[in-house]
Amino acid sequence: MASNPSAVTLKIEFGGGLELLFSNQRSHKVSLPATVPNDNTTAIPVPENEPTKPADVTYLIHYLRDHLLKERAELFVENGTVRPGILVLINDTDWELEGEGDYVVKDCDEIVFISTLHGG
Amino acid sequence: MLAILIHYIEYIGRNMPPRPCALCEKAKAMVKRPKTGQQICRDCFFYVFETEVHNTITDAQLFKPGDRVAIGASGGKDSTVLAYVMKTLNERYNYGLELFLLSIDEGITGYRDDSLETVKRNQEQYSMPLKILSYEELYGWTMDSIVSQVGRKNNCTFCGVFRRQALDRGAAMLHVDHIVTGHNADDIAETVLMNIMRGDIARLGRCTAICTQGEDTIRRSKPFKYAYEKEIVMYAYFKKLDYFSTECIYSPDAYRGHARAFLKDLEAARPSAIIDIIHSGEVFEIKEEIKATQKVQQTCQRCGYMSSNALCKACTLLEGLERGMANAGITDRGKKQLLQADGPTPENLRTIPFFEFKPTSTPERIVIEPS
Repeated sequence: MASNPSAVTLKIEFGGGLELLFSNQRSHKVSLPATVPNDNTTAIPVPENEPTKPADVTYLIHYLRDHLLKERAELFVENGTVRPGILVLINDTDWELEGEGDYVVKDCDEIVFISTLHGG
Repeated sequence: MLAILIHYIEYIGRNMPPRPCALCEKAKAMVKRPKTGQQICRDCFFYVFETEVHNTITDAQLFKPGDRVAIGASGGKDSTVLAYVMKTLNERYNYGLELFLLSIDEGITGYRDDSLETVKRNQEQYSMPLKILSYEELYGWTMDSIVSQVGRKNNCTFCGVFRRQALDRGAAMLHVDHIVTGHNADDIAETVLMNIMRGDIARLGRCTAICTQGEDTIRRSKPFKYAYEKEIVMYAYFKKLDYFSTECIYSPDAYRGHARAFLKDLEAARPSAIIDIIHSGEVFEIKEEIKATQKVQQTCQRCGYMSSNALCKACTLLEGLERGMANAGITDRGKKQLLQADGPTPENLRTIPFFEFKPTSTPERIVIEPS
């Protein structure tokens, strides 16, 4: 169990060229608050007296865009979720089988984002 | 402690329960196939993906035992997975094929030079002979030098035309009967859309054929014609296949980008759209009166390659480059310019070496029975 119950540590991997947007680094470690604002604003620490939800993948995507993305956010995020053509795997499972953005993340989860948008 | 418990309960309560694979019903479902919506485990996913390619190959009777087949390899996801799957199927179903890797170096710094390193690794990993042919040696121009003369709007036309010829020539040097390329379902659907958007009737009638055969060119097929790009990427990821994944530095300006963005949005709304577009493309029929106006195939006077005109496209483009009239093969104004240029083509202009195609196999084909 997590030593700090109010934070969730995740392992994030980028592939298919996405790593270029994230300081050219494929692997990242990210720590999210366990409870986050409903509207996915990513200011840390989480402001009080706001409606909240447990941290989910949608929040993670906003967090990555706001805190880790170095350039060209439109290549990663579109309409509040990942751009069409980006695959998301949660612990090696297709995120469509886990509820996509609504999946609540737990400590030590591994989330992989792979872009398919390049030549073959 | 309470906080941990609450978080755990929320996690269990909100997240979807794990489901067994729809096919084997034993292992946990890891993939939701975009093509069918089926939720299947990893091993079943490998099996259906590979079997569908096998069915594509046998239904179209693409190969016969003893065929020498060149795999157009760029080091990218499609061609790497293609090489792996071809090798797997060749062994599993005894196609009896001799497989080669054929790679074209267009001379794009920062893109092609890196991806060629991947192809060289593929050569080791799959134990296949590799041939690399470059635009430099064939045409005397790299894509970088072409772009510096032509700009970024029409450069993809040069690359496509030059690459097509280069693949045929490379394959002829290897004495192969057949070239396979990694074009996937998304690519073909994009091409159908592009041809509609641009009103290109001639190409629209041809672009969904799985196998093209000219009398003067080597047969060329697309075993991944019905394989979704997303599935190819997942296959490569789960099998941990080594591939190179960056966009060509010149592609952001390409017309295909419009078709691709549109297709991705369609796929997000209804995943079967990709296959549906391909099927629509397959059943297009061109009216007889239009067919009659299409050009008859001949051979290029200068280099011997197949052509719709006296000079093939590659020679036309090359002449334009050499004479500093880069749009010669592309725009109408450019064509006029070339025709009005003083005198005939100068004697010492660089040309493409003469190409003579000798078919290595008889037209009659034996069907490979699925095992």
